[in-house]
Amino acid sequence: MSEHLANSSAGISFIVNGEKRTVAAHGMKRLLDVLREDLHLTGTKEGCGEGECGSCSVRMNGELVNSCLVPVLQAEGATIETVEGLGRAEALHPIQKAFLECGGAQCGICTPGMLMATAQLLAVNPHPTIGEIREGLAGNLCRCTGFKRIFDSVAAVVVEMDATAKTGGAHAG
Amino acid sequence: MRGNAEAHELIAPGSLTGVLELMARAPGEWMPIAGGTEIMVAHAAGRLRGKKLVSLWGIGELRFIEVSGESIAIGAGATFRDLRMHDTVQSGASLLAKAATWIGSIANQSRATIGGNLVNGSPAADSSPALLVCDAEVELISMRGKRRIPYSSFHTGYKRNAMTPDELLYAVHVPLRFAQHRQYLRKVGTRRAMAISKVALAGTALLHGGVVSEIRLAAASLAPLPARLYRTEAVLHGRALGPLAIREAQEALMEEAKPIDDIRSTAAYRSRVAANLLGEFLNELLTAEARP
Repeated sequence: MSEHLANSSAGISFIVNGEKRTVAAHGMKRLLDVLREDLHLTGTKEGCGEGECGSCSVRMNGELVNSCLVPVLQAEGATIETVEGLGRAEALHPIQKAFLECGGAQCGICTPGMLMATAQLLAVNPHPTIGEIREGLAGNLCRCTGFKRIFDSVAAVVVEMDATAKTGGAHAG
Repeated sequence: MRGNAEAHELIAPGSLTGVLELMARAPGEWMPIAGGTEIMVAHAAGRLRGKKLVSLWGIGELRFIEVSGESIAIGAGATFRDLRMHDTVQSGASLLAKAATWIGSIANQSRATIGGNLVNGSPAADSSPALLVCDAEVELISMRGKRRIPYSSFHTGYKRNAMTPDELLYAVHVPLRFAQHRQYLRKVGTRRAMAISKVALAGTALLHGGVVSEIRLAAASLAPLPARLYRTEAVLHGRALGPLAIREAQEALMEEAKPIDDIRSTAAYRSRVAANLLGEFLNELLTAEARP
């Protein structure tokens, strides 16, 4: 084997929520499991484990991915954002606040994925239409809310972020 | 977790040559993995057969979209998000751009590649009908060199293709001239997002004075492989389009289609709906012709 090949169980490094992390994990281990088990970032949830439900959504290099479908070797050198990077309990991100205020979260299993999908949507499209909100979140399933309150939450974030931008205020994240 | 990560070896040579050398040394032994939206699902379910995997993710030489005069070259590693966001794909290969928007979800589109979609070779693959009706070609690469074949001869049977065990899909070439044709693409599934097709139909056509001078039709989930509907096309070719021609074409399609019953739909439903989609496309052509 030539030496430029990455050894599948050697140290794999990437940036998670702004911090460089190195894990000794098997290359085929799912990014989801590395986040939860190796890095104890249990905000990211497993739902279906096959890329259908979006519960494990994180952002990788500025794109939304299902972390259950990413072998961790493919995250080598990547910049990853999980729900833990969005805000803290004492300084919630406007997206988190809006989900709380609009009843966009109930049992909570889908919520971290919904938040990350919303963060992705607003990063590429700060003023989405309701159709664009629905499309941006179409890969994230919720079995509690009926989706209406989730879409309302996203719409509320847009209004809130616009108001904050106008008053020159800053928000976390 | 059902799949066992340690039962598989995954390596990332990081360059196209690195991957090709590996595949040349042990043809058929290494399973390429790009965005993992298919392979990681099999892995999770414990049914991933490949023991040795080689990663294509992050290899820039495979992730490109280049426009030349007459066609657009799409690297096998381009994601569906790359495709749907690309101006020339949107304008020059609009059916492909449209298909890209309804593959899975945003998270799937960020990882799923056109190469993976084609090599996986599902009869329901979303990009296939769009490529078939635009005379797309695929370019294959190995340490022995490159070769180009029509995409219509790429799939050779259910999940089988024309690649040799040391070859990799390198690029897809889509001619831009079909942007001048009337175009159609519609997918029928249980839901707009995420759902795999029950059936999908694509078409491109050119009419002169009401007569069909060129027409290409292709479907997903009507045969064991993504395929053109040549016999249905033959009914329409050179013919003045009207209610009778449309009905005969629909009958020909019902005859030509060889769908199956499976978890997503039934053969009877698929044939009927495909015929209805064809009717919709041909009626759109009629309406467009009638316009001054």
